[in-house]
Amino acid sequence: MTAFGRSFVVSCVRAWPWLVVLALTALLLMQRAAYPHIIAYPDAWTLPIAEAVNVVMDGIVAGAQGVTRAISGGLNVVFSGVQFFLTGAPWVVSVCLFALIAWQGGGWRLAALTVALLFYVLISGYWIPAMNTLSLVLVALPLSVLIGFGIGYLGYRSERARRIIMPMLDLMQTIPAFAYLIPILLLFGFGPVVGLIASVVFAVPPMVRNTILGFQRIPPAVLESARMSGCSRPQQFVWAEFPSAMPQMLIGVNQTTMAALSMVIIAAIIGGFEDIGWEVLSAMRKAQFGHSLLAGIVIVILAILLDRVSSAYAARQLPGASHVGLSLRRFALVLGAALGVAAVAALLLPALWVWPETRVFFPAQVINQATTDFLLAYGDVMAALKNSVQFYVLLPVKLGFERAIVPFTWGITFTPGMKTTYWIVTLICAAAAFGLNRWKTGVAILVMAGFFYFGATGLPWASVFLLITLVAFQVGGRRLALLAAGTVIYLLINGLWPQAMLSVYLCFVAVLMCIFFGGLIGIWAASSDTVSGIIRPINDMLQTLPQFVLLIPALMLFQVGDFTALLAIIAYAIVPMIRYTEHGLRSVPGTLIDAGLSCGCSSWQLFWQVRLPQSLPQILIGINQTVLYGLGMLVIAALVGTTGLGQAIYVALGEANAGAGLVAGLGMALIAMTADRILQAVIRKQN
Amino acid sequence: MTNQAVPKLSVRDLWKVYGPNPKRLVSGDFRNMTLAEQLDHVRSQEHFVAAADVSFDVYEGQIFVIMGLSGSGKSTVLRAISRLDEPTCGQVFLDDTDLLAAASRELIEIRRHKMGMVFQSFGLLPHLDVVQNVAFPLKAQRRPRSERRAHARKMIELVGLKGKETAYPHELSGGQQQRVGIARSLAVEPELWFLDEPFSALDPLIRAQMQDEFLRLQTQLNKTIVFVTHDFLEALKLADKICIMKDGEIVQIGSPAEIVLHPADDYVREFIGDVPLANVLRAEDVMSPPWKDGETHPSVARDSILEDAIKLFDEKTETVDVTDNDGSVLGSLHPLEVIRSLYHDAPEANS
Repeated sequence: MTAFGRSFVVSCVRAWPWLVVLALTALLLMQRAAYPHIIAYPDAWTLPIAEAVNVVMDGIVAGAQGVTRAISGGLNVVFSGVQFFLTGAPWVVSVCLFALIAWQGGGWRLAALTVALLFYVLISGYWIPAMNTLSLVLVALPLSVLIGFGIGYLGYRSERARRIIMPMLDLMQTIPAFAYLIPILLLFGFGPVVGLIASVVFAVPPMVRNTILGFQRIPPAVLESARMSGCSRPQQFVWAEFPSAMPQMLIGVNQTTMAALSMVIIAAIIGGFEDIGWEVLSAMRKAQFGHSLLAGIVIVILAILLDRVSSAYAARQLPGASHVGLSLRRFALVLGAALGVAAVAALLLPALWVWPETRVFFPAQVINQATTDFLLAYGDVMAALKNSVQFYVLLPVKLGFERAIVPFTWGITFTPGMKTTYWIVTLICAAAAFGLNRWKTGVAILVMAGFFYFGATGLPWASVFLLITLVAFQVGGRRLALLAAGTVIYLLINGLWPQAMLSVYLCFVAVLMCIFFGGLIGIWAASSDTVSGIIRPINDMLQTLPQFVLLIPALMLFQVGDFTALLAIIAYAIVPMIRYTEHGLRSVPGTLIDAGLSCGCSSWQLFWQVRLPQSLPQILIGINQTVLYGLGMLVIAALVGTTGLGQAIYVALGEANAGAGLVAGLGMALIAMTADRILQAVIRKQN
Repeated sequence: MTNQAVPKLSVRDLWKVYGPNPKRLVSGDFRNMTLAEQLDHVRSQEHFVAAADVSFDVYEGQIFVIMGLSGSGKSTVLRAISRLDEPTCGQVFLDDTDLLAAASRELIEIRRHKMGMVFQSFGLLPHLDVVQNVAFPLKAQRRPRSERRAHARKMIELVGLKGKETAYPHELSGGQQQRVGIARSLAVEPELWFLDEPFSALDPLIRAQMQDEFLRLQTQLNKTIVFVTHDFLEALKLADKICIMKDGEIVQIGSPAEIVLHPADDYVREFIGDVPLANVLRAEDVMSPPWKDGETHPSVARDSILEDAIKLFDEKTETVDVTDNDGSVLGSLHPLEVIRSLYHDAPEANS
């Protein structure tokens, strides 16, 4: 027997579970015409879990409503107070207040930025909605911070509590926020307070994480020196532990602020209330793109302000801070004096109280016109771009070559001859891989060929179940296989299979594009400081903005549909790919590069044989993050008309159907967790 | 002068055992077993012995150095004495108080007034400046602000950091940070001064400088000191008494000369291998009874190192006298004994 033949046999033996599953799949696919349930999971085999959840939920709501309504009533009072002040106070007083807070945290430059951005808000005419949104954030923030600190400190002190808290945090961050909007809605009734409570819940995890981290990272010697100095337990906490954990906790406050803002904006979906998220959403629904863009810019401004100010306060705590600000008492005095002067000025001059209508600059019509003109002028280019992505990428993944290649899309018919050729080429490639002792490559070729031929929606559910479980088992062992199998079964028995596959398909394409383009940008940024300097603020921006805002430009240019959703997902999920690729490549030790160069590597060889393999673990982490970001954004992208689990949650939200929403939301979370754990296992194997 | 009669700090039968249930293991008739039985008893039950049956005395004004490699239990002992970690059993007397029996309130009071500790990684509070860090133990005592600041400034001057009062820890070099740590540990004017590898994180040059500083401070302050190090040369340089530990047990306790001249076993002998003995041994360590041949000999002080004494020998001089502070002759040095002692070949009974 030749070496090739021997390798081929060995590979077949090694790959036997895969070959069995693939053979079974082929068998199922041949029979699919006769038995449609091979592809479509039969309805009769589903369980009414969502309905059961609703029954339980109704019980909880009936029992807890007294308490929850009291809470929402209380919060409403607090919120109304803050709202009354921020919307009722003269704008000059508010601007003074924010500018001084900014100055105290970050000095003159931050104060100037704050004033400039707030003037834009005034000029745009969105002052009142912006202040409404800000009121929600400002009420949610201290609650989140306090709750997060309490839970985090508990987690720091008690190992047992931490073992419960950490998985809860993971779950909370993978379940789409929409999904738990519904129970909150049922429990706390309608109105702005629901958004408030949802924000509090959504914004707690980063505070918890950073609190635990901050306390855990205190060097033991610091605590011991406090003990040896004769501190009592309370003194130790107040004078040593708390201040030492402070810088990290302020980073938590910054992240919590951004999460609260993001959620306040999204919560507009359930609350018809004059806040800036609602302005954007209703404008989008009416296809008033000019309005939505202008209001979207106000959201961006709020995000920048909240981010910069809260991170300035965090940076101020770090050793070596350049700006320290005034002592608390003096700051209060200055603040009081300045606000007094501003208030008197506003009393004397009405234009300082309410921004005059005549000074509002609202070029929505101009933007609409410009968009229309642009689309008229470049419509064919845009359509060509959209169509080619749709025809050559999206459709094949969704429907498979089998159904995607038709004269309307590809301009050709997928003839039986071509089909046969496709499979013969595939089999030859796979056999070659087997013969070269690379059975994993061979199996990958077969699986991918099948996936692209039949499409995400045309695969037998039983095969997907087996394949995913097998992958999970091979990379991560029995427990991971159980998680993967459980996820698929969960989706099947809840009747969510078609939606899940649609979500997976869109996310898959988005992730592939992120890996490709993000990887390229990351490589570019790693090789040029200029590019890196340009990319970094853009990345920061894309990550701090409420995800919702990313939909606006995509929607303006490409209307509702999968392609628009794809763009929005990529815009959000490409960031970690770029960051980790650049970071991985940049952190390859200089000695390794020197060693490579001294071995006579060309720069091309250096890249492929030294830098890329060295940075692979980092890049894999980037891919993992990209997958999670993609799945997270998928739900938001449902607003621009995708089908899939996101849409299922969104529809449930519209019907206030807690069961359906939670079941679909948990489905998303399970998919995200399975993907995450599988990728983590791969990363562990790499290291 | 040191009071040799009554120890200031006395450690008796101290054990530190890690494992699922260390307290149970050392109860019952554990007291009546031999050390070997005790160790077998504890180790056979999946427990780890970090410190076994440690006993020693430290006298007032003495620098007691516990020396050992990592995992030898040296830090464990210090942390048990200071009760940063609770020992499994044993007694630690500071004068007449049993520290291990002190209730937490009492312990806090003892720490506030009688103990100071210096840490290897400094343990400075990052959000406080130098004055605030040094004044921190006084703040715990609730002394008035002006008083504690004034006192802290005095301590800062003592350790040679005048001018750095308003700096923050991250603005200081490692050596400077440890000076702050030292000033802080001295702020309460403790009777007991604990130093846990205080100079190990510093560069060699800075380390040597800090060691000299430390000795200078001690001549001024005359504290009772327990000093932990893994550096044998540092131990020889600083110690009045050295305690060598291995695997949680004490291998040998003695003055530097005793250790060098009479190592207890091969383990200790290995440490001595690289030691420049001529710099460690003093004239009084190797002298023999006064050589009275009626002639006058060149003389050296009793605490001169041998390197200096050797220079006095020449073709005509075969005897060097060793004199006390008042000039009286305590004994004599002969070339053969000196050479023997330098080659680890201890002269017979010189005490």
